[in-house]
Amino acid sequence: MTVSLVLVVVMAALIACGVYLLLERSLTRVVLGFLLIGNGVNLLILIMGGPSGFAPIYDESLDPSAYNDPLPQALILTAIVITFAVSAFLLALIYRSWRLANADDVSDDADDVALREGALTMPIEEVSPDEGDTDFPVEVSR
Amino acid sequence: MMAALVSLVVLVPLLAAALTLVLGRRARPQRIVAALALVIVLGMSVALLIGVDAGGAIVVEAGNWPAPFGIVLVVDRLSALMLLVSSLVLLAVLIFSIGQGLADGDDETPVSIYYPTYLILTTGVMVAFVAGDLFNLYVGFEILLVASYVLITLGGTQARIRAGVTYVIVSLLSSILFLASIGMVYGALGTVNLAQVAERVQELPVDVQILLHVMLLVAFGIKAAVFPLSFWLPDSYPSAPAPVTAAFAGLLTKIGVYAIIRVETVIFPSPELNPALMVLALLTMVVGALGAVDQADLIRILSFTLVSHIGYMILGVALGTVAGTAAAIYYIVHHIVVQTTLFLAAGLVEREAGSTSITRIGGLLASAPIVAVLFFIPALSLGGIPPFSGFIGKLGLFQATAAQGDALAYVLIGAGAFVSLLTLYALVRVWNLAFWRPAGDVEGDETRLLRAVEEAPDGRDAPAETRTTPRLMTLSTAGMVVVGVALTVFAGPLYSVADRAAQNLDGSSVYIELVLPGTTSGEGAP
Repeated sequence: MTVSLVLVVVMAALIACGVYLLLERSLTRVVLGFLLIGNGVNLLILIMGGPSGFAPIYDESLDPSAYNDPLPQALILTAIVITFAVSAFLLALIYRSWRLANADDVSDDADDVALREGALTMPIEEVSPDEGDTDFPVEVSR
Repeated sequence: MMAALVSLVVLVPLLAAALTLVLGRRARPQRIVAALALVIVLGMSVALLIGVDAGGAIVVEAGNWPAPFGIVLVVDRLSALMLLVSSLVLLAVLIFSIGQGLADGDDETPVSIYYPTYLILTTGVMVAFVAGDLFNLYVGFEILLVASYVLITLGGTQARIRAGVTYVIVSLLSSILFLASIGMVYGALGTVNLAQVAERVQELPVDVQILLHVMLLVAFGIKAAVFPLSFWLPDSYPSAPAPVTAAFAGLLTKIGVYAIIRVETVIFPSPELNPALMVLALLTMVVGALGAVDQADLIRILSFTLVSHIGYMILGVALGTVAGTAAAIYYIVHHIVVQTTLFLAAGLVEREAGSTSITRIGGLLASAPIVAVLFFIPALSLGGIPPFSGFIGKLGLFQATAAQGDALAYVLIGAGAFVSLLTLYALVRVWNLAFWRPAGDVEGDETRLLRAVEEAPDGRDAPAETRTTPRLMTLSTAGMVVVGVALTVFAGPLYSVADRAAQNLDGSSVYIELVLPGTTSGEGAP
């Protein structure tokens, strides 16, 4: 199987940058990292499809081996759609997190922190379960 | 007829999701449609299991494209059993949430996205169980994960957003790994059809096999919360609404385990990684159980026991024998039912006592005896007390492990017994503090003050603000307890179904013959 070296290098660079960004605490960077890795993996699937070739539309004059393999491209299309939807959701999540806490980072779990500090009874926000409001709370004063 | 059921089991919840979305803010029709759809799915799952167990597995070629080219949906005994248990659990949780929604004044402020999202989650679960190729499995995972992202952040409070962020990022990572492994499987084998992958994978060099194997295991291990990859679970589950946590805890990790079973039995039946998996199973059991004993929050305790009991299932799979797989399958069924019941009971506790922190609540045995019973029975079952289903599952696992007979096997049996004691300890601690302890012994007793306010001397009954537990919530929890007890009563037939399912999974030949009957010729990788 021959592959384009450029594609491999680009894929490696995308994934490397993506992993670096994913390791950050800032949520915006995490999203960017996720997008980079997602695209890197899509490239990986493309590379796995083998060498480039003609569009897989039946043509009598062409040898079957001259066609490009269409299946990986179909897989990539599906993956792109999924990545798109998930990143839209992530952006909404970050926005919500910013509105609520003015925070754009992955915070530690409150219970874990409490355990680490040796306090068994930890503060729990007295939120009534399942309040169904999706309204934004009072704007945090800037 | 049966073939149509395989498609319908996916289509019905999907269409119902669309319908509930259209119904938008009319809560009552939404509830009816959602419940009806899940009842239909449950009925179809029962029919599928009976049909498959009697007449053999069903393969549906979508769009009539023949097997290696088109998408195949495969329902064998394992899939059918999983479909049945998950639709049962999903229905019970839906009824529970309907009850809760009714009680919380859902009619005035309906969360119009809850039921559609829940039905999409159902669709994803069904797709994952009937998928006959890796990519379809990936799509099923994504459907249920995206729905679960929405459910876990439902309402968008700060705690839920924080927990949701952890959950979403970890799940995304596992999805990306899964996608990358699919890409590599395709590169190495030129197919994503499970049967064809299984057929061709033997021709690969051993190192490539191990690479693919490990990548798939890591991707599914995150979803299943196997030890080094399990830390996200206790951090993210507890803040979600009670019914959501119950559905997630029961089902989502088990879908990861299901995928691991498929990988271990169909794609890579060779035993190279089995000792490593056994060690991971050991660590998952012990670390999870140790986490559970030191928590103060009921839902977190249950989340840690969930992690620890994933270890038992991995142990069964790691044995690589028919007996081991059969025990793992029975254990999955038992655990889905019992763990969901416990989380539903925790939801009832939260409603009765206003908190799930066991240091703050007490006296529930006196104030809510029904809830106490509904918690106690599944707790005993999870702890592995005979005669409940947890005991039968563990017994089967230990027998299968002992058959292996080496030192590691006996270490695992010892650890398994120890962990079930630890589980029992953690749950008995909950019992002692939250249920048995008189309400007056609670430090900083707020409930007593509340009760004094409620029993105000003006002679009238409790004011309207006190939240009574709706009958529907109790009923659905009680229904799950009954199902859990039924797992014990009908353990014989159930275990023999699990056994037959495991025999189908003994090596990949049965699966290959099922999907690609009579073919051994490869089409040639690109």
